[in-house]
Amino acid sequence: MNLDFTEEQEMLRTMARDFIEKECPKTKVKELEEDPKGYSPETWSKMAELGWMGLIIPEEYGGTNGTFMDLVILLEEIGRGCLPGPFFSTVVLGALPIMAAGNQEQKQELLPKIAKGEIITALALTEPSASYNADAIETKAIPQGDDYIINGTKLFVHDAHVANYLICAARTHLLARAEDSITLFLVSIDTPGLKIVPLPTIADDKQNEVVFENVRVPKKNILGTVNQGWCIIQRLLEQAALAKCAEMVGGADWTVETCIAYAKERVQYDRPIGAFGAIQTYLAEMWTEVGMAKRLLYYTAWLEETGRPSSTEISMTKAWVSKTYTHWSRMGVQIHGGIGTTRDHDMGLYYRRARQANVLFGTPDMHTELVAQQIGL
Amino acid sequence: MDFELTPEQEALRAEFEVFFSEEENNAPAEWASKGLMLAPFESDESWSYHRSVAEKLAKRGWLALPWPKKYGGQEHSYIEQLIFSESRAYHRVPGVDLWGPGIVAPSILEHGSDELKQEWLPRIANAEINWCQGWSEPNSGSDLASLTTRATEDGDDYVINGQKIWTSGAHRASHIFFMARTNPDVPKHKGITYFLSEVNKPGFTVRPLLFMNREHDYNEVFFDNFRVPKKNIVGQVNQGWQVTMAGINFERSMIGGVAEAKRDLEDLVDFCRQTHRDGQPLAKHNNVRNTLANFAIEIEALRQYAYGVAWQQSKGSFAVAESSASKYISSELAVRLSNAGLEIMGLGGTVRGCSRWAKLHGKLEHSCQANLGITIAGGSTETMKNIISWMGLQLPRIK
Repeated sequence: MNLDFTEEQEMLRTMARDFIEKECPKTKVKELEEDPKGYSPETWSKMAELGWMGLIIPEEYGGTNGTFMDLVILLEEIGRGCLPGPFFSTVVLGALPIMAAGNQEQKQELLPKIAKGEIITALALTEPSASYNADAIETKAIPQGDDYIINGTKLFVHDAHVANYLICAARTHLLARAEDSITLFLVSIDTPGLKIVPLPTIADDKQNEVVFENVRVPKKNILGTVNQGWCIIQRLLEQAALAKCAEMVGGADWTVETCIAYAKERVQYDRPIGAFGAIQTYLAEMWTEVGMAKRLLYYTAWLEETGRPSSTEISMTKAWVSKTYTHWSRMGVQIHGGIGTTRDHDMGLYYRRARQANVLFGTPDMHTELVAQQIGL
Repeated sequence: MDFELTPEQEALRAEFEVFFSEEENNAPAEWASKGLMLAPFESDESWSYHRSVAEKLAKRGWLALPWPKKYGGQEHSYIEQLIFSESRAYHRVPGVDLWGPGIVAPSILEHGSDELKQEWLPRIANAEINWCQGWSEPNSGSDLASLTTRATEDGDDYVINGQKIWTSGAHRASHIFFMARTNPDVPKHKGITYFLSEVNKPGFTVRPLLFMNREHDYNEVFFDNFRVPKKNIVGQVNQGWQVTMAGINFERSMIGGVAEAKRDLEDLVDFCRQTHRDGQPLAKHNNVRNTLANFAIEIEALRQYAYGVAWQQSKGSFAVAESSASKYISSELAVRLSNAGLEIMGLGGTVRGCSRWAKLHGKLEHSCQANLGITIAGGSTETMKNIISWMGLQLPRIK
């Protein structure tokens, strides 16, 4: 047993933290929230130079073949700094399914470009029903010659407005069960018939509505096998939930540190508010529960990176981390008092991010129900 | 990061599992309704069960896993101790004195003279001593250092006068380890001495203090000119407070509480599968599913946290704040789980174990009361949060 990070991982964390603090301080984060693109292409190029986009991509495709734990560390730092941009969309929701299901040609075409930061991808999965179930996918793809014609509306698509490729899940068999009738398509963003409309959300995290109107995609752009796309999505949703937990833990970590620091510095009734039992109780509980979230995250990431069964633990982690972060980001505002409720203060940024992440890739309720099934209920 | 145990540790775990799953079957009938920590004290049958397991553990050397070999130990790390405690608690098997291996022995190892070590450690490892703890007093609970029991020098002895309270198992004990004030004229932490003594002597009186559920776990203990030889002092006179600090140098992940909760939850899940209400198994009721699955999640998170504490300790850290966090969370979890289970079971859950109508042997009727003690004993939840705040987070401390 060794529950420490490797020296390289500690270095990755330090480097990422320094880079994000320098490159994208919170003032910049908030500026980018108002920016239609929502990220800085200069920062994006620097991230590519640091090897972040290629972190988990195999060496033969231009990456550095890092582990899931490496990715967790980087995402923790991204979550801690609220770094805006299409990293999650491109690396987690793009590179992972391409690595898992892409054919040789697709991998050779796309993965090196992802690793170099040359392309951005977005996952067009969910629809207005806002469900992560297979039968919620109503977008249809009908074969026609060497192509498929896609029609439908996708919603909650992060970063579609800046993407080069969409990975679109569509029904290709209308009679079979949903799970056996979904196909994934790599759709180039310049394909005629695509309409992208920004979707404003609580986290200002650049989501979009993507309308497919007779969008023609060549058959060679199918990712994986026809009608077999759902198992790719299922696995991806698990990995994405876990990866999102890493971001949340990073944000929660910032919350703990910031609240402790503030409680030592803010004076009321002639003493720092951190001298009051009520505040100490909040902080001790916050520190403890976020500590549990970290340990659970690392354990599950280890299961994931070593190829052990991890579905139950991923659901446990998503439920625990989501609940912990939503609760303690709320209490973080409370500890800060009035200033915490303002647009100027950073606490609100984390509060809003927490609420977004809470419902991405399955709400705590959904994951708790999955756990219920796993423990024999 | 690597969560895998070494082959030796896996083999040890397998050995523990075989032993404890066999021992589990030797429990007396009433055992099923009790919580592991205090059950040994509550009846003669339970006490015999505890003692019989203790002797078997002693034969295997399992009561001294972390000690140096020269005192009969096996020099195992915190991880092996964690594995031992997890397996034992999951199978709800007693056999480990609440204080001897975990608190008294580390204090002697750290502060005792060689003579003291030779005299006491083998007897602890061999399960010859049944300890009780004379720390708390009626007016000294969380503020333990304010204790007023007096120890006065008299020749080769100290003469002890005063009262202790919450003395679990004093009615079964052969020995007591306790603290008394040897110098009242110095700041409170600096006038306390740490004593060991047998109890079967004049001047030692035990009076039962029944728990709300009638169980006899606690006692009040009175010292009335009780004589203890000077050679039984651990550490130096007036330095007992430092000796108590050595008690933090043992495995404090609280994994036992986590493992017990895991087992209780499994029983509750089985109950909910087998019990119908409103035309369907309780296990199909949404609230029940949600409640129990949330406990499963918290238990796993806490299990990982406890492993983290043991890991930190194995690297030489006292992990003071982390182990305090484990203590309060695991004990609070036990209270919440037993109360949630009681509610899910409904009317049947409230029936006491002695009735044929009891559910799950009345375990939750019992534990929803008994567990209230563990959020208080050994440092209350509030004290743990104070320790986290002051020592872990460096928040200001009001003097």
